Amino acid sequence: MFEKAKSLFRRKEGERESETTQQPKTFFTQLKQGLRKTRDQLSQRLQSVMGGRAIDDEVLEELEELLIGADLGVATTMQLMEQIRVQAKKAKIQDGGSLREILHDQISAILKQNPQMPWEVDQHPAVILIAGVNGVGKTTTIGKLAHRFTSSGKKVVLCAADTFRAAATEQLEIWAERAGVIVVTKDDSKDPASVVFDAMQRAKSEQADVVLVDTAGRLHNNPNLMNELAKIRRVTEREVAGAPHHVVLIIDAVTGQNGLHQAKQFVDKIGVSDLIITKLDGTAKGGVAVAISNELQLPIQFIGVGEKIDDLIPFNADEFVDALLD
Amino acid sequence: MFDALSQKIQDAFRSITGKGKISEDNIQDALKEIRIALLEADVNFKVVKDFIARVKEAAVGQEITKGLNAAQQLVKIVNDQLVDMLGGEFQELNFSGNPPHVIMMVGLQGAGKTTSCGKLARILAAEGRHPLLVPCDVYRPAAILQLETVGSQVGVPVFDAKGINSPVLIVKQALKEARNTGRDTLIIDTAGRLHIDDALMNELKELKALVSPKEILFVADAMTGQDAVQSAGAFHESLALTGLVLTKMDGDARGGAALSVKSVTGCPIKFVGTGEKLDQFERFFPDRMASRILGMGDVLSLVERVQEKVDQEEALKLQQKMLKNQFTLDDFSKSLEQIGKLGDLNSLMGMMPGMSKVKQKIDVNKETSQLKWMRAMISSMTPDERDNHAILTSKRKQRIAKGSGRSVEEINQMLKQFMQMKQMMSLMTKPGKLGKLRQLFGRAGLGDFAKSMFPGNSPKLPEGVDEARLMELLQQNDGKLTPEAMRELGMAGPTASADGNRKARPKKDRKKQKAKRKQGRRKR
Repeated sequence: MFEKAKSLFRRKEGERESETTQQPKTFFTQLKQGLRKTRDQLSQRLQSVMGGRAIDDEVLEELEELLIGADLGVATTMQLMEQIRVQAKKAKIQDGGSLREILHDQISAILKQNPQMPWEVDQHPAVILIAGVNGVGKTTTIGKLAHRFTSSGKKVVLCAADTFRAAATEQLEIWAERAGVIVVTKDDSKDPASVVFDAMQRAKSEQADVVLVDTAGRLHNNPNLMNELAKIRRVTEREVAGAPHHVVLIIDAVTGQNGLHQAKQFVDKIGVSDLIITKLDGTAKGGVAVAISNELQLPIQFIGVGEKIDDLIPFNADEFVDALLD
Repeated sequence: MFDALSQKIQDAFRSITGKGKISEDNIQDALKEIRIALLEADVNFKVVKDFIARVKEAAVGQEITKGLNAAQQLVKIVNDQLVDMLGGEFQELNFSGNPPHVIMMVGLQGAGKTTSCGKLARILAAEGRHPLLVPCDVYRPAAILQLETVGSQVGVPVFDAKGINSPVLIVKQALKEARNTGRDTLIIDTAGRLHIDDALMNELKELKALVSPKEILFVADAMTGQDAVQSAGAFHESLALTGLVLTKMDGDARGGAALSVKSVTGCPIKFVGTGEKLDQFERFFPDRMASRILGMGDVLSLVERVQEKVDQEEALKLQQKMLKNQFTLDDFSKSLEQIGKLGDLNSLMGMMPGMSKVKQKIDVNKETSQLKWMRAMISSMTPDERDNHAILTSKRKQRIAKGSGRSVEEINQMLKQFMQMKQMMSLMTKPGKLGKLRQLFGRAGLGDFAKSMFPGNSPKLPEGVDEARLMELLQQNDGKLTPEAMRELGMAGPTASADGNRKARPKKDRKKQKAKRKQGRRKR
């Protein structure tokens, strides 16, 4: 199944397959690939910052800029800097390597506050609601998730509840075809909740294991659209016991501090349970995820590191921070 | 957009004004605050550093002496630097040379290129051009279909790229078709790509070499963080961008990316996307944005919107009625309707000077639905009741409550607001009551909007008075305008009210003249 989907995908995306690696992709190699640029810059700068100098205000200031530059945000950066200052003083740290270790421990400690649990998809069906602002990669991520679930032998139903954006349904249909899963659409409907209702019925009758609900991108400060999302949630609650089993917020790694506002609003309206960070294959560091995880106590489940169907990998805090600082 | 940022900067200036005098030290404090505010607004830290240095240099160079003018001076410096940084004067798209003109839209995935293409096509078509949309995103599933749908929504033809999977070939054929069918502007929608993807960046270079576009617009998401500098910089390096489009400005992102992207590319921001609908696309004005950042409000945009949306004749009629104190519930309902036409209160308040603070305090969405309910209540009244609210007995109120689906308390509340508005309007027509008027604004939630509705009727500040400072002083003193504050702002004290004197003088003069005439008569 996995291979079939993969080859199907490769054929379509042939032109984009410029750097297919032969060895199996582990979390680390994939993430490293994705974060290569980030890591190089960060470690280079850490080196140049430290350069064998004793830790003085200038060094700390540059370190601060480094964290800010990674989108960790002023508040989280200040918090980290305070801890580093105290610890460096206490342990009489003189070199960059030790400073890096402290930094690593601090950041991964934040991320480990909310360890991600393996997704429970033993309910029949398990309903997973995918939400986020416009253009973060919701539909693409759903395609990748569908592929993941089918690879592990689950029966997946996709729900095309983005009835707003032009051609969103068609986009999801193509992904469904690639992943080889059922997709529920409603051509003439402008009411996402009714599509969700249909998808719930279909999933029950087909005895599917997982339903992935694709919603339209919406800005978190648009109350009407947020209410619409809450309604979608209610429909799943009503139609399937215990649903939605997961409410996933997708955050674009490129997003700055607004990511925190986004997360707060979505948590408020639809009770987000997990995060997925997309587009980590660019130069963006996705540091806002640390701030979100810290403030809202949400686990990061997966990270998106490319446009291919298997470019979605489980999140691992230690390796994430490692790759970030290595 | 920049509301939160303007709030922070206002606070920074407050710490200066509180001390009453500027020293090297408290300029440092203010600069630190501005730095944090800009960083929190996602302005790239290098850009922030540069900006702070520029502000500091300008401020120190001007030999700030003492007193409150120094704070104003600093506001002006920051404002000027922001305008400068955001790009000076507005720049139109370049349509020189022979058609077809080519506009290329490039950017990262999910920035909003396809939607922006549609919006731009709509604007250009409305300006009398004949655009052709060219879909070159052959990678993302259904991207071409998306552009086709958007094209049909704005009534602009989309080149049929079915069966062609090379962007270069698509553009070649689209150019041919444009020449044959008399389309004078090609808008090319390219696939979203990462700036470190060499293969795809080369594809863009190839496209550029083929069509030599007049405009290459980089579409950037207003929510972008620190990375904006890297991506925009890399795109600019390989393509030599000519302009920027900032999307998703209707979000609550502070939009610091605008400053970052502008400063790293040096390209003007030409358009901003302000909503999901295809007509929510506006030209970008740096000066307006800068004054917004500083909490001075975007009065120009507000006035434009008022002129566009409000029925001027109706507004004038209502104004006349108010002046004569004949303002009825019917008129109240009409004015509420006019307010509704201006768009949602959220964006409206963002444009108003000094309103960013108020905006935080009130639940704007609640207010918006309240506007609707208030009109429903008035609609449930008989014409007699609307003409004269004094006849509203509790029995009548109960009937109205049933008719409009609200409670009697809410009707009483609405009536209270109506009375307040009436009272306020009568105050507006009297000179020298500025302090009282502002105080009333604070109490009546609707006063602020009412003010905006009647542009001609809003109290005019004397020239040279700093509005931001005025609001600040008013807030400090519970909305009262103390004589000290007036002196500080350079306004004449209450006793020497300019308005008062102007009215008094002719009367006195008349008396004098009368006396002179009498004397003259006596002499004769």
